[in-house]
Amino acid sequence: MANNPLLQVKDAGIQFGGLKAVSGFNMEIRQGELIGLIGPNGAGKTTSFNLLTGVYVPTEGDILFDGKRLNGLAPYQITRSGISRTFQNIRLFNELSVLDNVKVAYHSLSKHSMLSSILRLSSHFHGEQEIEEKALQFLRIFQLDGYKDEIAKNLPYGQQRRLEIARALAAGPKLLLLDEPAAGMNPQETHQLMELIAFIRKEFQLTVLLIEHDMKLVMGICERIYVLDHGQLIAHGTPDEIRNHPKVIEAYLGEEVKSGDA
Amino acid sequence: MKKSKGFWLFLVVSIVVYGLVQLLISTGVLNPFYSNTLIYIVINIILAVSLHLVIGITGQFSIGHAGFLAVGAYMAAICTKLQVPFPLALVVGGVVAALMGLVVGIPSLRLKGDYLAIATLGFGEIIRIVFVNIEYVGGAAGMQVSHLTNWTYAFVCLIITLLVIMNFTNSTHGRACIAIRENEIAADAMGINTTYYKVAAFAIGAFFAGIAGGLYSHNFYIIQPTNFGFLKSFDILIFVVLGGLGSMSGAVLAAILMTIVSTFLQSYPETRMVIYSVILIVVMLYRPTGLMGTKEITSYFGKWPLGKGGRLHGK
Repeated sequence: MANNPLLQVKDAGIQFGGLKAVSGFNMEIRQGELIGLIGPNGAGKTTSFNLLTGVYVPTEGDILFDGKRLNGLAPYQITRSGISRTFQNIRLFNELSVLDNVKVAYHSLSKHSMLSSILRLSSHFHGEQEIEEKALQFLRIFQLDGYKDEIAKNLPYGQQRRLEIARALAAGPKLLLLDEPAAGMNPQETHQLMELIAFIRKEFQLTVLLIEHDMKLVMGICERIYVLDHGQLIAHGTPDEIRNHPKVIEAYLGEEVKSGDA
Repeated sequence: MKKSKGFWLFLVVSIVVYGLVQLLISTGVLNPFYSNTLIYIVINIILAVSLHLVIGITGQFSIGHAGFLAVGAYMAAICTKLQVPFPLALVVGGVVAALMGLVVGIPSLRLKGDYLAIATLGFGEIIRIVFVNIEYVGGAAGMQVSHLTNWTYAFVCLIITLLVIMNFTNSTHGRACIAIRENEIAADAMGINTTYYKVAAFAIGAFFAGIAGGLYSHNFYIIQPTNFGFLKSFDILIFVVLGGLGSMSGAVLAAILMTIVSTFLQSYPETRMVIYSVILIVVMLYRPTGLMGTKEITSYFGKWPLGKGGRLHGK
């Protein structure tokens, strides 16, 4: 395992006008880890994802990925340097086929130029063939190849989630960010999802950071967990430590009533 | 190099259409009125298809397309006035329009939806007013242009336009543009440089609008800035929306239909606009997604033998 962390977030934060959505956010993820990010609603989990992926530019602190500073890079540049993500509310390319959805993500790894496509040079055909083959390969891994010509919006909900993960992987990430991948899934689907995450992690030697409300999933697969509340990092540690951490319990269940106050 | 069967079919059909019309024109079966109408249809198809790339494929709602038409028309007219050969003049018109597309596109494509529409509408009007005030091109009185456009020039330009836009759309670059239309945030997160593709699509669209402009100005003996007002932009927009957003064959079909309709309604100037609008309303009532929806004409010839429904049931 490398000594340098893959992702290093130092005191990052963002302020919208007078509102500090996230502040003093510190995080270190090493190559190959599976990390969970939890917290009550409105704690700033998705906001911190948006900071990592360049949707928002941090107003304070630094984000280092693979030794490179990510602050101020556009989302597509961050994706190309190796962070890709899924969304809390699924954002597929609805009118495109399942296969085309994955092909779009593989776009940044293809090399043939716009001119070669317009003139239909041989590099265009080679490039397109490579994209097609890679995309089909991803669909097979996710057992979506049976749906390849289906329009993305017509897929059942669980399959849309799978497709979103497949699409994120096709962009060739080193770090995969999953924003509530199990939202709206039944226990059986959640179980399949856990297996899928474990599988892709091994298959692609991936580092994964996931936001999740399903504690069974988080506690079951994550090696370390970070807890956010009101934009502040309140705890981090192994699942067992987090489960018994007084501040975490307080954030989720409220302050304990002291005997003297009663 | 391999070409698909569809390409050869396209080539054969277009040669047959070209030869047939050329024969009819040279034997005098088609009188100048009809051949002129045909050329006008071709120009409108080029305009419709170039705007289709911007609105239908990339999803950027631009309503200043007549501005690029005007730039191409005037640039080509100035070139031929300076004794530049006509084909070169067409290219110059297209290139200058594409450069205008870059200049306008880079700042304004940061805007979305209605705001982009207003910005591009403003651009179209600025272009028109600039030409009104330039003495060299005759100002509001207009500029005399020699009649150089013929069926061959128009048709060759049309085929090139269709091929380039089809090839662009059916490639990873076109898919990137469609991804931007479908969900810009997700496209960005998938590593697509959204600004680059929006500007590129805008510039390619502007280029072909400029080519259409060159053909347009040399199809008449005079061009005036009033020909390029925002109503012209809306005419082009109507082709794209009526044909079905996202369908190139739809845009072609709508351009043909609406040009024929408005040409033949010229004999009834009092009721012309009334009938034109009634046709639009009827189409929108019965085909709310446009004549073709998002389908292409090829989908009717079994190019998609989809076992599981798929795109045919998509919309």
